Amino acid sequence: MRRRWQRWAIPAAVLPVLALLAYGFWTNPREIPSPLLGRAAAPFALTTFDRVPLTLEDLRGKIVLLNFWASWCIPACYDEAPALERTWQAYKDKGVMVVGVNVQDTEEPARTFLARFGHSFPNAPDPKGHIAVDYGVYGVPETFFIDRRGRVRFKHVGALTDEAARQRLDSLLEEPS
Amino acid sequence: MIPELGYAATVVGFVLALYGAMAAVIGVRTGRADWLRTGERAAVGIWILITACIALMLYAFLTFDFSVRYVAMNTNRGTPFYYRITALWGALEGSIVLWAWMLSIYTLIVVVRYRRRQPELYPWVLSVMLGILAFFLLVMSVPAPPFERLSPIPPDGRGLNPLLEDSGMITHPVALYLGFTGFSVPFAFAMAALLVGRTGDEWITITRRWTIVAWYFLSLGLLIGGWWSYHVLGWGGYWAWDPVENAAFMPWLTGTAFLHSVMIQERRRMLKLWNLTLIILTFGLTLFGTFLTRSGIIGSVHSFTQGSIGVFFLAFLALILLGAFSLLAWRTDHLRAQGELDSAVSRESVFLLNNLFLIAATFTVFFGTVFPLLSEAARGVKVSVGAPFFNLVNIPIFLALLFLMGVGPLIAWRRASAENLKRNFLKPVLAGIVAAAVLRLFGVGNVLVLTAMALVVFVAGTITLDYGRAVRARRRSGDEWGAATWGLLLRQNRRYGGFVVHLGILVIALGVAGSQAWSLQTETTLEKGQSVELAGYRVRFDGLSASEESNHFKVTGAFTMTTGRSSFAELRPARKFYPQEQTPIAAVDYRLGWVEDVYLVLGDFARDGSRATVKLQVNRLVSWLWIGGLVLTLGAALAILPDHRKPA
Repeated sequence: MRRRWQRWAIPAAVLPVLALLAYGFWTNPREIPSPLLGRAAAPFALTTFDRVPLTLEDLRGKIVLLNFWASWCIPACYDEAPALERTWQAYKDKGVMVVGVNVQDTEEPARTFLARFGHSFPNAPDPKGHIAVDYGVYGVPETFFIDRRGRVRFKHVGALTDEAARQRLDSLLEEPS
Repeated sequence: MIPELGYAATVVGFVLALYGAMAAVIGVRTGRADWLRTGERAAVGIWILITACIALMLYAFLTFDFSVRYVAMNTNRGTPFYYRITALWGALEGSIVLWAWMLSIYTLIVVVRYRRRQPELYPWVLSVMLGILAFFLLVMSVPAPPFERLSPIPPDGRGLNPLLEDSGMITHPVALYLGFTGFSVPFAFAMAALLVGRTGDEWITITRRWTIVAWYFLSLGLLIGGWWSYHVLGWGGYWAWDPVENAAFMPWLTGTAFLHSVMIQERRRMLKLWNLTLIILTFGLTLFGTFLTRSGIIGSVHSFTQGSIGVFFLAFLALILLGAFSLLAWRTDHLRAQGELDSAVSRESVFLLNNLFLIAATFTVFFGTVFPLLSEAARGVKVSVGAPFFNLVNIPIFLALLFLMGVGPLIAWRRASAENLKRNFLKPVLAGIVAAAVLRLFGVGNVLVLTAMALVVFVAGTITLDYGRAVRARRRSGDEWGAATWGLLLRQNRRYGGFVVHLGILVIALGVAGSQAWSLQTETTLEKGQSVELAGYRVRFDGLSASEESNHFKVTGAFTMTTGRSSFAELRPARKFYPQEQTPIAAVDYRLGWVEDVYLVLGDFARDGSRATVKLQVNRLVSWLWIGGLVLTLGAALAILPDHRKPA
């Protein structure tokens, strides 16, 4: 005859396994730091949807918020689009440049997207995806923050929020130029 | 409109499921049949509501209603017609709907079959089934709503994951989920047996065929998954010990253990506690699989955020495991064995060993799968274990299981005499040794392959020996040949159904061993007109062509394959560029054969079509995996037929 307490060993044995699985919620398997952080940002030369040439070299001395997006990227790119425009409006006079790079997309829906959100900062297609590859873009949206000296300082994966953009831009603005 | 209707159906279904689960219990506690009847009506109502959800979803997919977020995520205007239907279960939310729908169908079958036949267990079974349904409807209502509205409505959707645009994806999830949900019926009966205190063989006898059905669909799901992996993913393999695969494999292992150990309980009144543990584990692992692959706790490159669904699944898993095992602990006194193990050389002990190895395999797969979590918890480092670990640990276990598969069905119950052993095993063992020796003479040096082949021959020998004897016995009692051979299969369908399933497993083992040991591959870059040669196949690169398909851009390579006997074939591997995907998708071209498959993958290429990198593989005996799957299907069908030995 089994002792009374012994029988409860079976349900009790489940607890550590459940605890381990619950622990998984506090970890993030995709939290792999970008090897680009702190390194010089890869140069790019784009032509915006308004047919204006734009290179990273031109922006030297400015803080650059480089956002990779696509019109099919639902809902994350749609979620962050208004925040991007607000950030641009708030920071454009403080030496910050917001640049959108449209990747893996076709022109017509991309233009529809820009018109819908009234984006007034420069946006350019990356038809061959070279820039996305140079920046190690894994999925859209991803946003890179480049400091005045042209180094990648932060990477934001997923939809950008006003708060997240403000935090990073403010910390970069505080640095002596 | 569709989002609102669908959401309403889901929430009403959830409330009905909770109500029905309680009504069934109230009915049985108060002895008032009308409560039980309303519980049954709730089950019917839930089925109608989930069916309506599926119909709404299909309508939204077919009409490109991108106001439904799930539709916009999983189709675009270029998605071909069939894949707009299968897109229904192309991602998380829809697969939960499919799961719930199958569960509601199983629940209805339980109502129809058992409401009169099992008056004592049935109300509890109904309550447990409705409780599980309530959970899935809750998931559909809160963390993974398939009918979430998308605003603003995008002009076009994102499109189905291109890897899922394949015929295998039509059947694979359906089979897999029929397997997963199928185990909830034996689980519900086990819980009912514990609650009522009737922990004898009754629940096992009732659910035997249910278990085989669930096991069969799970096997089929795994095999179709392997086939999909083989001909879509373009790496030439069918199994990679990926967390997603492991998640489906673990309940298969425990389910297989359960199928065998219930026979000991039926025959010898032993292992009651063990059988209950196994079915709880199996059902728990079906939930764990979904939790693992959808919660995002184990790294998977497939999708972005998963939201809170993991928390819901973990909470439900905790409820099921703690609840079921506590119930088990509470009833321990009922679960003492009435039989005893008489001898180490007996069918009981072989079955016990079979269980031990299957559980050991489950444990190693589980351990390997959650290892990244364990190592992070213990050492703060993310480390994964890969195929080498799983192969190293599991291959010996599976070889041992193959051996037991030969011994188990023929060795005597209780205590096997030397005479019994000699009569049944001498010839098959000799046949196995001879087979290994012959292969060795032909230059096969790999010990694992030799062992596997020897075991396959040994087990096939035991099956042939036993079947041959039975046929001769029927002939002596006057049967015609036809009646003796085929009639025997039907007359003792349970035993010989099992044998046929074993044969299927043997054929699969042959395919696995052969493909692991003898496959060849080469990778090279070819100029136009150049050829690559491998194992007597000569493949010439003739050029590239490009085409615009409905939802992607496709570059196709033209290759001519010749063999020594100068027969030739055209191979057309391609690379497909989907606007929503970062990397192109390879479309493999292959020629399947009895002994070997030729398998050609197009890699990088020069845009002017002058040069292409190709991977050429000659995969040996892979076709036997799929043939084994067919054999397994026949065996399972035979075993599912009503038992002829004692009328059910």
